[in-house]
Amino acid sequence: MWDRKHLLGLAELSAGEINEILDRAAAYRATALDEGKASDKLRGARVVLMFFENSTRTRVSFELAAERLGARVTAMQMSASSVAKGECLRDTVRTVDAMGVDFMVVRHSSSGAAARIAEWVSASVINAGDGTHEHPTQGLLDMLTIRRRKGKIEGLRVGIVGDIAHSRVARSDLFALKKLGAEVVLIGPPTLVPASFTGLGAEVAHDFDNTIHRCDVLCMLRIQRERLGGGLFPSIREYCALYRLDARRMRRAKPDVLVMHPGPMNRGIEIAADVADGPNAAVLEQVSNGVAVRMAVLDILDGSRRDK
Amino acid sequence: MAELLIKNGRVICPDQGLDEPADVLVKDGRIEKIGSVAEPVKQVIDAAGKIVCPGLIDMHVHLRDPGDSDEETIASGSAAAIAGGFTTIVAMPNTEPPIDNPAAAEYVVNEARRAGLANVFPAGAVTMGRKGEELTEMALLNLAGVAAFSDDGSWVASAGMMAKALKYARLTGLPIMSHCEEPTLSAGGVMNAGALATKLGLPGVPRSAEETAIARDVLLAEETGGRLHVTHVSTARGVELIRQAKRRGVDVTADTTPHHLTLTEDRVRGYNTNARVNPPLRAKEDIETLRAGVKDGTIDAIASDHAPHAPQEKMCEFDRAAPGVIGLETTLAVLASELVQTGILTWGELIAALTIKPARALAIGKGTLRPGADADIVVIDPAAQWTIDATRFLSLSRNCPFDGMNVTGRAEIVIVAGMTKEV
Repeated sequence: MWDRKHLLGLAELSAGEINEILDRAAAYRATALDEGKASDKLRGARVVLMFFENSTRTRVSFELAAERLGARVTAMQMSASSVAKGECLRDTVRTVDAMGVDFMVVRHSSSGAAARIAEWVSASVINAGDGTHEHPTQGLLDMLTIRRRKGKIEGLRVGIVGDIAHSRVARSDLFALKKLGAEVVLIGPPTLVPASFTGLGAEVAHDFDNTIHRCDVLCMLRIQRERLGGGLFPSIREYCALYRLDARRMRRAKPDVLVMHPGPMNRGIEIAADVADGPNAAVLEQVSNGVAVRMAVLDILDGSRRDK
Repeated sequence: MAELLIKNGRVICPDQGLDEPADVLVKDGRIEKIGSVAEPVKQVIDAAGKIVCPGLIDMHVHLRDPGDSDEETIASGSAAAIAGGFTTIVAMPNTEPPIDNPAAAEYVVNEARRAGLANVFPAGAVTMGRKGEELTEMALLNLAGVAAFSDDGSWVASAGMMAKALKYARLTGLPIMSHCEEPTLSAGGVMNAGALATKLGLPGVPRSAEETAIARDVLLAEETGGRLHVTHVSTARGVELIRQAKRRGVDVTADTTPHHLTLTEDRVRGYNTNARVNPPLRAKEDIETLRAGVKDGTIDAIASDHAPHAPQEKMCEFDRAAPGVIGLETTLAVLASELVQTGILTWGELIAALTIKPARALAIGKGTLRPGADADIVVIDPAAQWTIDATRFLSLSRNCPFDGMNVTGRAEIVIVAGMTKEV
């Protein structure tokens, strides 16, 4: 049923399309972390990783996923490339495309960059994070993690806590969760959780202590210290007092609440170390699921690519 | 004696409250007579089935000259104006260097004369370098031929400086055209703030960025007695603030653009950089209030904010794209199709917003077919059906959000000071 050439975001996918990726990812989970069981489904395919913005975990995750499907991978150092020489994005990606590329995995600081690139190249484009827009494979791995740990997604209430306004993870999670029948509550100060999110079907809450007990899942987002300069919140100390997930707050939560974090974590700021390492947390499982999800995405896009 | 007779047209001159079949006689570059002309005239244009009205006036265009002649020049912009039915345009001073001194203003006037197409009035900057710190030589700029003062592209952020500018400009009788955008509220924004911006992950420009600026400027105009023109109004509450100020007797006029009257923020979907414009495209409610504002006269004029950009300025990431769209060659057809054909405005109301009303806001003696006035005339075929094709523009730029649109209505013959202009 998948006939899309690109994966640009989760907002445009149907529940069926999302579930198809999750089902495929679940099947890959057993082999995703085992080089000995690597497949050759993508043998002969060339995957180029174009990270215009620094990333370690997502880049490595895509690299391993592609290699474990038998694809060849080229990871470009964008900061050292033509971008530094003033070449525009369109010329950069078309140049690489002209060399013969099957997949471009793109991370970029501008919202919509992946969508624009998809208009310009013949390769399949996978969005690995565009500005504050979407990070679809992170959203998918979060869905896989919830589905595995909770057995379902429909009917759950998922709290996403932190700098929602500037988070592409929050958007991808929100779009996927709504499609899959979950309720979403976005939690943080009004400057980081604008009311406009209610227009996207989310509940907006500013009082974490009086919301946490209603949540089946908590996604804690990284707080970026650079937001402080913009005056969006007054201090880390005040942020921690209101929104850090620590042992005291965990006592107000459901005993089986699932705690997730897309990483990298600021231990002691948005999440306390004992919670991050505690039995409710699935932070490393998210990372493992990430490889399986990215294998599934490459595999499914390869299928629709071959059909065309 | 050079004579020209335009016969059998539907003559619309809102300045005279005229909308009737008549002939227009032109003599020596001026309007001689409107009515039934029987005497033999050498040059006759048969305008049966056509509208004959004053040449259109666009009080807000960017000609990028001096500075960015790959995007537009005074000559190419003048040609685009004529192609669109505009006989008079006002060129904004945010060029490189800016029009903040009399010699720079004279350059624009001279280049326009050399092009010999449309009347081009420069707008002079309000402050030196458009930095908002030091007034320009407004009286000397006036003598050099500017039609208004504007730091367009930027708001005069200092209230004290704006108050001085409004007061000092009274020496000239010219308005201060204010680009109302409070910069700390709009900072970083690339589209209308709201659910769609949130969904697309694009930073928004809240309506309050425009509205707080309008509110401040009308208060300053009220207190100083200065003449204020609010350009490119984009929000419903902006219209309301101007309506209230006019009711109180503040000397304020306003314009909005064809794109703000017809397009919503939905055009940004897919990260369409030709929908990136400043102020941003808003929502349906704003469009409806802007249309009502034109209808009831709160919004005096419609101006294109013709903002040419080179292809690479748009073929890029959305947030790095230069804001602005071109409009000189599409304004008439888009407005005729979207506002007149649909019954929202009459031809008379549309033509008023494109002729006498901007002329009055600028205090230039144009936009009318009164006997004695400059014979700037456009003959419009209201039934001409065509498809907008940006590749055929005379403008040097192609950043048009209306490209591909099927429209009805076109300027057929354009006359400046009695001379038919071919482009």
